[in-house]
Amino acid sequence: MTYRLSHLDVLESEAIFIMREVVAEFEKPALLFSGGKDSAVLLRLAVKACWPQRVPFQIVHVDTGHNFPEVLDYRDHQVESLGVHLVVGSVQEDIDRGAIVEHPAPGATRNRLQTFTLLRVIEEGGYDAVLGGGRRDEEKARAKERVFSLRDEFGQWDPRAQRPELWHLYNTRHQSGEHFRVFPLSNWTELDIWQYIERESVPLPEIYFAHEREVFRRGGLLLAVGPYSKPRADHGESAFSATVRYRTVGDMTCTAAVESKATTTGEVIIETAMSRVSERGATRADDRFSEAAMEDRKREGYF
Amino acid sequence: MELLRFATAGSVDDGKSTLIGRLLYDSKQVFEDQLEAIERSSLARGDEFTNLALLTDGLRAEREQGITIDVAYRYFATPRRKFIIADTPGHTQHTRNMVTGCSTADLVVLLVDARVGPTEQTRRHATVASLLGIRHLVLCINKMDLVEFERTRFEAVRREFEDFAARLEVTDVTCIPMSALEGDNVVDRSSEMKWYDGPSLLHHLEQVHIGSDRNLIDLRFPVQRVVRPIASSELRDYRGYAGEVASGVLEVGDEVMVLPSGFSTTVEAIETADGPRKEAYPPASVVVRLADELDISRGDMLCRPRNRPTSGQDLSAMVCWMADRPLRKGAKLALKHTTRWARALVKDVTYRLDVNTLHRDRSADGLELNDIGRLDLRTTVPLFYDEYRVNRATGSFILVDEATNATVAAGMLLRAND
Repeated sequence: MTYRLSHLDVLESEAIFIMREVVAEFEKPALLFSGGKDSAVLLRLAVKACWPQRVPFQIVHVDTGHNFPEVLDYRDHQVESLGVHLVVGSVQEDIDRGAIVEHPAPGATRNRLQTFTLLRVIEEGGYDAVLGGGRRDEEKARAKERVFSLRDEFGQWDPRAQRPELWHLYNTRHQSGEHFRVFPLSNWTELDIWQYIERESVPLPEIYFAHEREVFRRGGLLLAVGPYSKPRADHGESAFSATVRYRTVGDMTCTAAVESKATTTGEVIIETAMSRVSERGATRADDRFSEAAMEDRKREGYF
Repeated sequence: MELLRFATAGSVDDGKSTLIGRLLYDSKQVFEDQLEAIERSSLARGDEFTNLALLTDGLRAEREQGITIDVAYRYFATPRRKFIIADTPGHTQHTRNMVTGCSTADLVVLLVDARVGPTEQTRRHATVASLLGIRHLVLCINKMDLVEFERTRFEAVRREFEDFAARLEVTDVTCIPMSALEGDNVVDRSSEMKWYDGPSLLHHLEQVHIGSDRNLIDLRFPVQRVVRPIASSELRDYRGYAGEVASGVLEVGDEVMVLPSGFSTTVEAIETADGPRKEAYPPASVVVRLADELDISRGDMLCRPRNRPTSGQDLSAMVCWMADRPLRKGAKLALKHTTRWARALVKDVTYRLDVNTLHRDRSADGLELNDIGRLDLRTTVPLFYDEYRVNRATGSFILVDEATNATVAAGMLLRAND
């Protein structure tokens, strides 16, 4: 008997501990759910952390209006089967009532606009802790994020004024109006997520697995042909059919597919382990604008 | 697969970022797009080669100033182990980052320049690692290429460091001659230093035995949450205690004592969402059900009747002060220990530790930013604690400023009358 937990068990236990701290020390937590694989794992861990009770907090989805229909179906099915309460923040509604203005350029994404809607939903919901699926291995600015990350009354992140985070002693104290973003998956890598999905049979939207799709190439990325993103003939872009899957799930206009034949979780794990391109590099048009794109969005209050 | 968490320390000049970049690169954790990005940046900066150090720069201010501000966490895996690196900046004013990085680490990697040998900063970092209960220290004697890979230089630096480390509590010190820039002894054994018969750094990280570092003797289970699903009809009578096993092994049928009440009962069940278990050990998160209905709340602790933690309100601790505003005798602060919050009064600053000489300055009446010293504290409620050196989970605490809510200190408890 070695009394040793595997790395996945250690990561799972750490995430459960973090979520239980949230339930114990905050008045009104919420969980951000995008329908992506990280939030699917986050939700599974929330169920485990709260067991045998139901998840006692609300599930928040910021809907850009440009979501994959498969992902919305999946979201609704998850929410119904777990009996949790869903709150949808609609970016489209905020655009329609003039609270935010969409960039007029063709191909512009709504990625940055989500921040407004997210902060509005947090304020209206009165949430003092918001659980998110962010991982430190995703991106350089995220590598310095705390597990319990304080946001001021404007929702802003100040990377230079972060509280030191020691042992597992999380300091949850805050003034009213401030809130915490809490990242239980901080220490997970993309591969850990997939290994956990396989071990736990976590259901995912089908777009994570190889399927035939009409796509076009833009800036080296494969984007889906859909109502919000079309190839521009004048830029030499043209639609073609390919066997692809998604490594991340977000707004259809800026989430790119990768060519793949992986139809099962096991095959995805092999591809992930062999991959030579990072998750964000392969699939996120939004992080390519500048070296500090993520840092800037995070400062403003992004996920 | 086993998880190893380690912290790295050393200044930019020692080649720490290069070493981490090299570990990630040689263990094939760097993706092509990340490599292309740093190739572009290296070119823009006018570097002569692809600067692997750029892989670890995070924030804009860091890139602009060429320094590291904050602890950054990095991840890589080999077929043997998964690794989490807490990459801590090396400037002396950032001792708090070193403390933060060490608090969750099993091992610390320190770097020195072979031409210079151990510096004040090396001694400071080794002392902090020792105070934080790190058992395994690796000294990378870097830039061996600049001293013609000479064995005598390596041996001299090693001897100097080992003389200092003998006064610390670190039991396992490994010295590795290295050239992070050239990749010698980072992942692969160096062909330039045939005289060295030890492991490469990665080989050592994969093999070092950490299984015995955990405390599996003293059962401590701090109650994190009381689980009482009153609203659910089928679970109305359910009463469980959720938490993480901090140390020891908890088994069904064990007799346990509940603190502070002092009542004893037996463990009826250890449960998780995945079903019941016979036993649980660190760091498992479980729900415990007890045979008797007792009055138990968050912050209480389960232990064995014949192996209890110290219970008390008068504490002595080594503390690293992390706030700009100095600590003075008489200060009142919030304190978090396991899952319990209390208020604490600083009764006395016994001494300030000079981390370079290990001298105890008993004339000190306060602690400045990045100072380490010994305090006497009085808390509003009793804490159930162990000496930090035998139990990191029940021997550690943080202090929080009640006005700003900032975390201002990391504390390591000492034996009651030590």
